[in-house]
Amino acid sequence: MIRKIQILGLSLAALLFTACGDSGPQTRGVYMLLDTSGTYTEEMDKASNIINFLLLKLNPGDSLAVARIDSGSFSEKDIIAKVTFDTRPSVTNQQKRGFREKMDDFISGLKSSPYTDITGGLIQAVEFLTETGVGNKTILVFSDMEEDLKKGHVRDFTLDMKGCEVIALNVTKLRSDQVDPREYMKRLEHWRARIEEGGGTFRVINDLDRLQSIFGE
Amino acid sequence: MGLSDMPQLWPGQPGLSLLIWIALIVIVLYFARKPAHSSIRAVSRLLRNALHLSSHSVLMAEERLKHRNREVLFSMGQEASERQITREFERMETVIHRDLAGFPTIYRKLDEQITRMEEDYSRTSEVPPTPDAWVRAVDAVSNIPSNGDTMVADVLNNIHESMNKAQKHAVEEYREMFHERHHLLKKLLPSWRRVNAALCEVKKSVDSLDERSKEVDSQLEKFEHICKGKSAGERMLSSSAYTQFFISTFVLLIAVGGGIVNFNLIAYPMQEMVGGSSYLAGFKTSNVAAMVIILLELAIGLFFMESARFTRLFPVIGALDDKVRERMKWITLTILVILASAESALAYMRDLMAAENQALSQSLSGVPMVMGGESFSSIPTAVQMVIGFILPFVLALAALPLESFVHSSRIVLGVLGAVILRLVAFVLRLLGNIAHHVGSAIVHGYDLIIFMPLWVEEKLINRTAETKATPVSDKPQPQPPAPAKPEPSK
Repeated sequence: MIRKIQILGLSLAALLFTACGDSGPQTRGVYMLLDTSGTYTEEMDKASNIINFLLLKLNPGDSLAVARIDSGSFSEKDIIAKVTFDTRPSVTNQQKRGFREKMDDFISGLKSSPYTDITGGLIQAVEFLTETGVGNKTILVFSDMEEDLKKGHVRDFTLDMKGCEVIALNVTKLRSDQVDPREYMKRLEHWRARIEEGGGTFRVINDLDRLQSIFGE
Repeated sequence: MGLSDMPQLWPGQPGLSLLIWIALIVIVLYFARKPAHSSIRAVSRLLRNALHLSSHSVLMAEERLKHRNREVLFSMGQEASERQITREFERMETVIHRDLAGFPTIYRKLDEQITRMEEDYSRTSEVPPTPDAWVRAVDAVSNIPSNGDTMVADVLNNIHESMNKAQKHAVEEYREMFHERHHLLKKLLPSWRRVNAALCEVKKSVDSLDERSKEVDSQLEKFEHICKGKSAGERMLSSSAYTQFFISTFVLLIAVGGGIVNFNLIAYPMQEMVGGSSYLAGFKTSNVAAMVIILLELAIGLFFMESARFTRLFPVIGALDDKVRERMKWITLTILVILASAESALAYMRDLMAAENQALSQSLSGVPMVMGGESFSSIPTAVQMVIGFILPFVLALAALPLESFVHSSRIVLGVLGAVILRLVAFVLRLLGNIAHHVGSAIVHGYDLIIFMPLWVEEKLINRTAETKATPVSDKPQPQPPAPAKPEPSK
């Protein structure tokens, strides 16, 4: 009888230890790229709302970073604000307030850039999200998805986007898209192909009232 | 296997081949009839016997279970009855100690009162002294006629006046004495009242004891029924167990509801202590911690109830020395109060955190802060704190229905087990009978397949019998004499 109890106890302990390895729902990392080129700076109010939404939705333990897309985006200098929220809700709230203040400062002093290096921004985003070690990696690209590289910059290579979900937000239609809508389709298809080739997934959310779908809600 | 898959005995003639196949099968079946019948019957018999045997075994198991249930029921009833009788005796002891311990004093008081009353009464019976003999002689002399002699008349008058004075004095004395007797009798009244009150007090105590003794008698009668294993006792105990089971289940469900409310009250603020993003076995660590605290409260509550002798779930605690048990009671109560205070603080913290989240949401969504309802804002906080403080004690009280549930569920589950076993036995017996009849049906079906050779066989047998029965010569055989008809009996 004692032996049976011992075996049962050991089995339960083993089960508990193996179960402890299960971390439950994974932490989430969101990296948001803001296009600051040309007239897209006029869309910053919408970007601000999206950031507020992200701050409301992210939980303790999650990570958030916002970076700008400029002439050369593959740089830590382009990260405007980044944070990994504390596990305690009260500290998380303070961090969210601090993040919000940083973003407000950035938007108020924003200057537009002449070029749009989306690929560089994506590489930087993947690097950041990999470093944070989060479970779910989401990259939000707030841009018209029209890449305009500085002369000499090389970006025509396969991206490593494994495990990343790229969501293009508020992809505005350019004047040329009005003339030929196929341009718009072609542009989006080009990005889809590149990201899926790198092992990631790609989707577009243009209706900013349905931001809940970012987190699959 | 289809018809086309069968090897064709007659190439190009599938129908004919099929007929030949059927004929061959029928012939084979005809020749294998007896062993086939025996096999089918043997298998069906085997199945029936095996299933009947199993059914019998299950019925025996059911009987054993019922017997065991009965034993448990009586044992529990005996224990409960013993407990109640002990309690009644304890109550009687209390009554005797409280009321009848002062009986010698009451007796002494009564005795004193009665002695005093007797003395007073005897004093009231004292008769005033009768007039002396000389008074009568002097009275007779004073009544002698004076016969005109003035001197004698004066003397006699003086004597007469003296006599009158003496009589008046005697009457006054009598009056005084009667007055004193009345006074003594009046003084007896409070004594009577005191005696009456003392006797009433004694009567009350005796009546209370009488009631208790009736209760003890009833309990003893019940106990006797249980000890003798009478069916009335069994019925009473069973019905009591079912009632206890349903009531305790209901109360436990209410306690579970309280536990859920408690959990929701403390799970969120627990994130501040153990973090809001860690998981344990797939569950949020904060939720696990909240659940552990609730279970801890339940366990401490159980120990408290046990050490306070409200429940008897742990014989080890019941067997502890009274002093140790008393110490344990106070320690568990202190822990319970600490946990209740901690919960109250967590409930307060939950309110603060909710307000903080609300403020952050409003600032992020750009909605201006609403500053209304300030006067009511403290009410939910206070209510949450009070609920947080009370719920641990409510959970501790769940030990009482839990004990009833544990004890009564043993009986109810036992009865349920017996019912299931009986059902299983019935199904096994039914399956055995079905197997037997299926065997018979297969035998008949077998004969139906080979009906043609059987028919031929029957014809042949009949013909052979007829041939044997037909006489060799055509001469008519003498008829045997007809048997005499029996007389119809009247």
